Amino acid sequence: MIRPEAKLSAQALAPNVPKKATRDGYGQGIVLAAERHPEIVVLSADVTESTRNLEFKKKFPERFIQVGVHEQFLAANAAGLALAGKMPFVNAYATFCPGRAWEQIRTNICINDVNVKIMGHHTGVSVGADGATHQATEDIALTRVLANMTVVVPCDAVEARKATLAVADRKGPCYVRLTREATPVFTTDETPFEIGKALTLREGHDVALVACGHLVHAALVAAEELAQEGIEAAVIDCHTVKPLDEDTVERAARECGAIVSIEEHQVIGGLGGAIAECLARHTPVPMEFIGVQDRYGESGSAAELLALCGLDKDAIKEAARKAIKRKN
Amino acid sequence: MTQIQDSKVRELAVVANKLRQHVIEMTAAAGSGHQGGPLGLAEIFAALYFHELKHDPRNPDWPERDRLLLSNGHACPILYAAMAEAGYFPVEELLTLRKLGSRLQGHPERTWLPGLESTSGPLGAGLAQAIGIAYAHRLDGKNSRTWCVTSDGEHDEGLHWEAVLAAGKYGLENLTCIVDRNGIQIDGRTEDVMPLSPLEEKYATFNWHVIPCDGNDLRKILDAFEGAKAMKGRPTVIVAHTVPGRGVSFMEDDYRWHSQVFKPGEAEAALEELRNAKL
Repeated sequence: MIRPEAKLSAQALAPNVPKKATRDGYGQGIVLAAERHPEIVVLSADVTESTRNLEFKKKFPERFIQVGVHEQFLAANAAGLALAGKMPFVNAYATFCPGRAWEQIRTNICINDVNVKIMGHHTGVSVGADGATHQATEDIALTRVLANMTVVVPCDAVEARKATLAVADRKGPCYVRLTREATPVFTTDETPFEIGKALTLREGHDVALVACGHLVHAALVAAEELAQEGIEAAVIDCHTVKPLDEDTVERAARECGAIVSIEEHQVIGGLGGAIAECLARHTPVPMEFIGVQDRYGESGSAAELLALCGLDKDAIKEAARKAIKRKN
Repeated sequence: MTQIQDSKVRELAVVANKLRQHVIEMTAAAGSGHQGGPLGLAEIFAALYFHELKHDPRNPDWPERDRLLLSNGHACPILYAAMAEAGYFPVEELLTLRKLGSRLQGHPERTWLPGLESTSGPLGAGLAQAIGIAYAHRLDGKNSRTWCVTSDGEHDEGLHWEAVLAAGKYGLENLTCIVDRNGIQIDGRTEDVMPLSPLEEKYATFNWHVIPCDGNDLRKILDAFEGAKAMKGRPTVIVAHTVPGRGVSFMEDDYRWHSQVFKPGEAEAALEELRNAKL
């Protein structure tokens, strides 16, 4: 049963659920955050419109910095701005930052421990027609391995707006993972959001679906359909991959006895890896991994590619049944 | 050009000599580390820390201070030596370089030692950060200058050229890049490994104000600093032609002394030569 405390939208599971990309939620959030934090500056690597920074640029022209197609510079330059007291939000496609700029993020931002916020755009295979080169499926792994880094993966545009405000309130390096495609908006302004605190959206005792990003919605739909088979699945919005909410994940493992991790990212090194690292130490239970299975995407529509890579409600349902079967 | 007194130049020459002795003592005690670059940079660091920089070693976080970033972090023995002599930490601590628990990490880490402006070592990233600092200072209307010391070898890095391009665009007159043009890197002469010449012309075409100078001549260094500060609307690069290993005859201009372990007697001989140098 969906928890009333999650304050999900009335249309959360309706066929006509409104859709919006998480990058649009960021675009709203950055303007609000900038009003509260005069030290915020926004850097763009020649992707201002597609990273939804036009509104910020219009409202705060002197705080907008166009760095050109310079992703390594983007990261290192942001470290310098932070050293002088600014709070830079850096914007590029995630294949290039954190991808190309990873060493600058490691050395200049994370070892240096400075207050830089990295917005990773166009993640996952749902980027679509651009193909594998522009579909970041490794960025959670790249960022969560870095000490001092916080990693947040919002589940919809509303949560992306809240995440943008939350990382502005949090000191130190943060990574926010954003997507291009319009996806269901199913949380509301009232839905609780706190970095490091996973939110249980649906109660269940047979299996826990622990998801991040827009696939949280697919997990909810899958859970509703599983209920018709007599399977009660818990659904957890694990928006913070690092620091992982170990209490919530362990409680879910204890109460359900089986876990399915769900993410639009490689199954190696992502949310599933983080959960497995946690559970193997304390509460080992059967676990299945929904994610990109050690391959690259290709050109196609978002829906086609999600289905191709097994990132949809049907794959989630199948994984849930399999995990339950492995109990005992 | 300002009048610089002979007594000031002599005083800085004595400091530079002392810094060189520290470099030898530190790397000998550590049993590793870099000597060639640091020895060649002694005059520049003496001029920065004991003449040019607006700073307060007792208050390293003073908001109005000038900023000095060492992009080629491996040259940190000269930075640590200058900071210790300036009073940031006790001179005796220099001998802890590269040892477990030391604040003097093998490559400088800002979070370990007050007075370090950034963490560095991986090459080519200093100028991009210095631009960030200078840009923020301009936004905030601050008068602080940002100085970034770079090596010529690190000009192989693509990131450095991204930064050179950006600084030209922003026209950061409050930024000075000093290139330690000593002509060596790990594998040999820079012009053999990856030719950089004509370096001055390259910067000029990227919209920088270029001042070439003899980087081991204090008077020329101080003149170059004045020239950088007088420039409006453009960042300045001081291409400082230095002799790596300067001050120790058997180390001078030999790329193998980029970083080398002293054989028995070598450190003592180097110190002897420095103590007896005619300044």
